[in-house]
Amino acid sequence: MARAVTTQRKVIATAAAWTIGIAIFFPILWTVLTSFKTEAQAIADPPVWFGFDWTLENYEVVQERSNYFRFLMNSVIIAVGSTVLGLLIAIPSAWSMAFVPGKRTKDVLMWMLSTKMLPAVGVLFPIVLIARFLDLYDTHILLIVVLMLMNLPIIIWMLYTYFKEIPVDILEAARMDGASLRSEIIYVLTPMALPGIASTMLLNIILAWNEAFWTLNLTTTKAAPLTAFIASYSSPEGLFYAKLSAASTMAIAPILIMGWFSQKQLVRGLTFGAVK
Amino acid sequence: MATQHSRAAARLMNAPAVFVLLVWMLIPLCMTIYFSFMDYRPLRGVADCCVGFQNYERFITSSSFLSSVATTLIMVGGILAITVIGGVLLALLLDQPIWGQGIVRILVIAPFFVMPTVSALVWKNMFMNPVNGLFAYLWKFFGATPIDWLSELPLFSIIWIVSWQWLPFATLILLTAVQSLSSEQLEASEMDGAGALSRFTYIILPHLGRAITVVILIQTIFLLSIFAEIFVTTNGAFGTRTLTYLVYQRVLESQNIGLGSAGGILAVILANIVAIFLMRIVGKNLDN
Repeated sequence: MARAVTTQRKVIATAAAWTIGIAIFFPILWTVLTSFKTEAQAIADPPVWFGFDWTLENYEVVQERSNYFRFLMNSVIIAVGSTVLGLLIAIPSAWSMAFVPGKRTKDVLMWMLSTKMLPAVGVLFPIVLIARFLDLYDTHILLIVVLMLMNLPIIIWMLYTYFKEIPVDILEAARMDGASLRSEIIYVLTPMALPGIASTMLLNIILAWNEAFWTLNLTTTKAAPLTAFIASYSSPEGLFYAKLSAASTMAIAPILIMGWFSQKQLVRGLTFGAVK
Repeated sequence: MATQHSRAAARLMNAPAVFVLLVWMLIPLCMTIYFSFMDYRPLRGVADCCVGFQNYERFITSSSFLSSVATTLIMVGGILAITVIGGVLLALLLDQPIWGQGIVRILVIAPFFVMPTVSALVWKNMFMNPVNGLFAYLWKFFGATPIDWLSELPLFSIIWIVSWQWLPFATLILLTAVQSLSSEQLEASEMDGAGALSRFTYIILPHLGRAITVVILIQTIFLLSIFAEIFVTTNGAFGTRTLTYLVYQRVLESQNIGLGSAGGILAVILANIVAIFLMRIVGKNLDN
């Protein structure tokens, strides 16, 4: 039953929420605006808000000078690659634990989660060493595998909580109607599991895209993704605000849009199902 | 219902995941433990095995260890305080009936999707720069002297940047929890004459308890290994060197692998203490 709300109260709450919302979003908005300014306008005193000559020059310069698309492609390959590889390993695993739970299933799940707690810096040198030894340093394969392993516990956990919600009765019903295991999987389980798999995929692409410990420490030039691309603007290029903004906008835009679509799954995925 | 046959199949399906995680966890960790007992400095050509607990001793007794632990605690504690308190308030606000709630939610959640290197650089240059940063303009506008944030208040600045990234996460989870609160309970208490404050203290806060715990624990896991934000802003200078960063510097910058590995193992132990608590809570959830 909805509570009676006075209009006055709604107006105040709306004003407060919008003010805070815009304040939180402001750095992103400012970055996007600045990316369309000239360098002079970007550091103008007082700052210019909307009344400037919009230009795309910064985007062109950033692309030409630091070859944005190569970094973008690296990010896409690493994020998508690690997610797909992760799903290939995680789907059978989560599936088996959700539908054929044994005595130790809970322990296995908890143990998998515990691997996520290992601080990366504790194994930094061995990973660098192994990568060098296998001649994989600064390659896509290395980052795909490392990021996949980083996120595998989250992928399995998310899938597990989704698969758990598929009613087992429906399988029995299908079986009684004479469905074979194959048609059971194709016609009954897959359609019910797909939404969960899709949102798991989305969240993990986001996590892999933004990962900034391994991507900074395991790449130099060839396989460096956007996190490293931006870090190279640390100094002194960072003082060219318009170009920094253009580079930043290009680095965050794709994932921001994906992120907005996956808000709900985010809660579930990152709390390992503890908050739904 | 599960037959012998399906159990075997299930075990087979689970095997690859268990195997890769086992390898991922054990091999590098054992190597780090091994290195931590060595005097290993590749740049100087030193690689003596088995110096006992010397590295641990040196790491723990060095002045940089204690200060890095203190920095880590202040940083993590500060960020947790800001994000949890801010998150509760913001969640309660967003739970109110407002116009355009969906859009406000989108605005609030956005910083979480910004990659750490971007948010650190944008804040560092475009806001906290003492000459051209937006804060400098604001300070000048009110007649104050602009602050060089990252060298005068470095720890606070990093806490601020990271809090901006994590506030959305806390808000989103707490909002989910607030929305699961039954409105009947609130109405009943209202009818019994409970004021807004006592409703918050006795009904809302206890209901949020679990979600707050989860937020604190998960954030702690991630915050203990903050890296990129320090890497692109202060590079560990001005008292912003956390334990993670100290280990990183020992291992990759000064290439003292033995010492760094000992530090890495200490970081693993500290993280595990936090992890045990998180696992208990998640584990409880698994039962019901």
